[in-house]
Amino acid sequence: MLKLSKLAAAVALVVATSAAMAGEVEVLHYWTSGGEAKSVAELKKIMQAKGHTWKDFAVAGGGGDNAATVLKSRVVSGNPPAAAQIKGPAIQEWASEGVLANLDATAKAEKWDNLLPGVVADVMKYKGNYVAAPVNVHRVNWMWANAAVLKKAGVSGAPKTWDEFFAAADKVKKAGLIAVAHGGQNWQDFTTFESVVLGVGGAKFYNDALIKLDPKALTSDTMKKSLETFRKIKSYTDPASPGRDWNLATAMVIQEKAAFQFMGDWAKGEFSAAGKVPGKDYICAAAPGTANAYTFNVDSFAMFKLKDAGAQKAQGDLAASIMGTEFQEVFNLNKGSIPVRLNMSMAKFDDCAKLSSKDFVDTAKTGGLVPSVAHGMAIKPAAEGAIKDAVSQFWNDDKISIASGLANIAKAAATK
Amino acid sequence: MKSLENIIPKLVIAPGLVLGFAFIYGFMVWNGVLSVTASRMLPSYDEFVGLEQYVRLWEMDRWRLALKNLGIFSVLYVGGSMALGMGLAIFLDQKVRLEGVLRTVYLYPMALSFIVTGTAWKWMLNPSLGLEKLMHDLGWASFSFDWLVQSDTAIYCVVIAGIWQSAGFAMALSLAGLRGIDDSIIKAAQMDGASLPRIYWRIILPILRPVVFSTVLVLSHLSIKSFDLVMALTAGGPGYASDVPATFMYVMSFTRGQIGLGAASATMMLATVAAIVVPYLYSELRTKPHER
Repeated sequence: MLKLSKLAAAVALVVATSAAMAGEVEVLHYWTSGGEAKSVAELKKIMQAKGHTWKDFAVAGGGGDNAATVLKSRVVSGNPPAAAQIKGPAIQEWASEGVLANLDATAKAEKWDNLLPGVVADVMKYKGNYVAAPVNVHRVNWMWANAAVLKKAGVSGAPKTWDEFFAAADKVKKAGLIAVAHGGQNWQDFTTFESVVLGVGGAKFYNDALIKLDPKALTSDTMKKSLETFRKIKSYTDPASPGRDWNLATAMVIQEKAAFQFMGDWAKGEFSAAGKVPGKDYICAAAPGTANAYTFNVDSFAMFKLKDAGAQKAQGDLAASIMGTEFQEVFNLNKGSIPVRLNMSMAKFDDCAKLSSKDFVDTAKTGGLVPSVAHGMAIKPAAEGAIKDAVSQFWNDDKISIASGLANIAKAAATK
Repeated sequence: MKSLENIIPKLVIAPGLVLGFAFIYGFMVWNGVLSVTASRMLPSYDEFVGLEQYVRLWEMDRWRLALKNLGIFSVLYVGGSMALGMGLAIFLDQKVRLEGVLRTVYLYPMALSFIVTGTAWKWMLNPSLGLEKLMHDLGWASFSFDWLVQSDTAIYCVVIAGIWQSAGFAMALSLAGLRGIDDSIIKAAQMDGASLPRIYWRIILPILRPVVFSTVLVLSHLSIKSFDLVMALTAGGPGYASDVPATFMYVMSFTRGQIGLGAASATMMLATVAAIVVPYLYSELRTKPHER
């Protein structure tokens, strides 16, 4: 009897120690489409190699809106996942609720401060402490073009200014094709809008108007010109665009039905999946006038405070793995984005990613690196939503004059 | 023994009553409390802001547009479903052949969820996929029906899909009412030389008043809480042109991190429903004693 209880104690001890060394990480994310799911599977493999148990918690749909709703209910009920895909100012909002874990120990050991550009590191920190691990960098101010369509319409190369762009778009229209493939959802409207503002006004104006929300900048002549350009683009879209998903718009460019699309570099995944080659079948270029600027959209994982020691260890390992070179390379090759870690070899990446990486490093020095508003990187959700509403309304309703469009946006920016 | 007999029914009812109070009235009160706090991403009760959320709500163009859309939708949806349903019921009541089949055909849309209806109509009304493309393919090049993608007409597409779904329900109720009318009344009217339209207008419709009333009540509360149909059909777009209060509430509370504002809009919706239901309940409860 005594022996048996000893044995049981020994077993319990073994179980307990192994539990202390390896833990379970439950990861809430919304990467469910083909390339994205593959990318997450890589992270799972790395974590399993370190002896941790991966519990996948994928919530599809709504660009993360659904995942955010699920996350809220889990946190409120006192049962948060180990890590969740949260980005931008939402990280600070969660941190201010006091539910995020401090990652400084991992960050220090891995020297994150040297590996990340300052603007990106700031997004990951709350009151100077790291609370989230960045995964990748998407460039948002891209313009995608189908080379065959441009050739057919007699356009040579990607237009560099908005004037050149409209000249090219006219030629495409004359050739009987759709000039701009657009999906009419408010974030897509805004993706186009912020590229226009950046192209018309430059990085400094973008910062004043869309990030600092300075009323003077928002009602300035530069903004007026941006709105005029924005509305002009609409006349080159097809009437069936409202409600269309972004990937369907990309498909129009791939299938030679349309010439251009303004979309972040996740669109590249669609081109690759269709077997298209950058530079030959399609062209990736910065949106007109924005070659010296870079709107970034950084995905990240925030870690929640957990009591279990094994789970805490697993969180640290997860954070370190996310920033590790192995994961950064494999993940971003699959996803179409570029590594957030500076000074990584880009040898395996394609030309678009190389250009993106070069511009990322350059603009980080010149100050042209700005957060994307359309993708929730810059301003609080309330104001962001209100501005998106105003911009979408302006885009969709041609009866709204430029002057009242300006007034509506400025009013929305004052939302607290 | 007697006391046990008294207690048992109360014991049986009690759990349901408690649950009902907790999960219906309890949550209503909770929502009301949230609407006077400054809650943003998560509920917080530290800061009491009075009616500030309501003030903000009524200052928002989007909320006012949502209310206007609700007005358009409710009136046309309830009126259209009623009129079409009643018309169909009257035709089916003419002892037509295959009545059973026809009745089922009209009633089937009711068996679908609003999500299915919304998605199917989204495809049909989309200019580059549905009706407009079909007409163009058939050679009618000038045909144009792009209500779904125009800001000022999108809400009418929601009305069309809603009526398609609910007219059968109104028809079934009206038909049941029509069947309950004694034939001798109609025969007597015919003997007096009344024309058929006149019989319907002056005799049958007034008899059907209670049926009409309950149909309107059911349809109008469906229209106030309409959410799934709008989400599936237009997702509130283009822009937010076809937003209704329920979609507004969802967006504010769950995607914009404005729980206080969302709660305020939910309270306004509750008030709207109450404005319809309370007078009805009041009149029901008042007439009961007379009938006894």
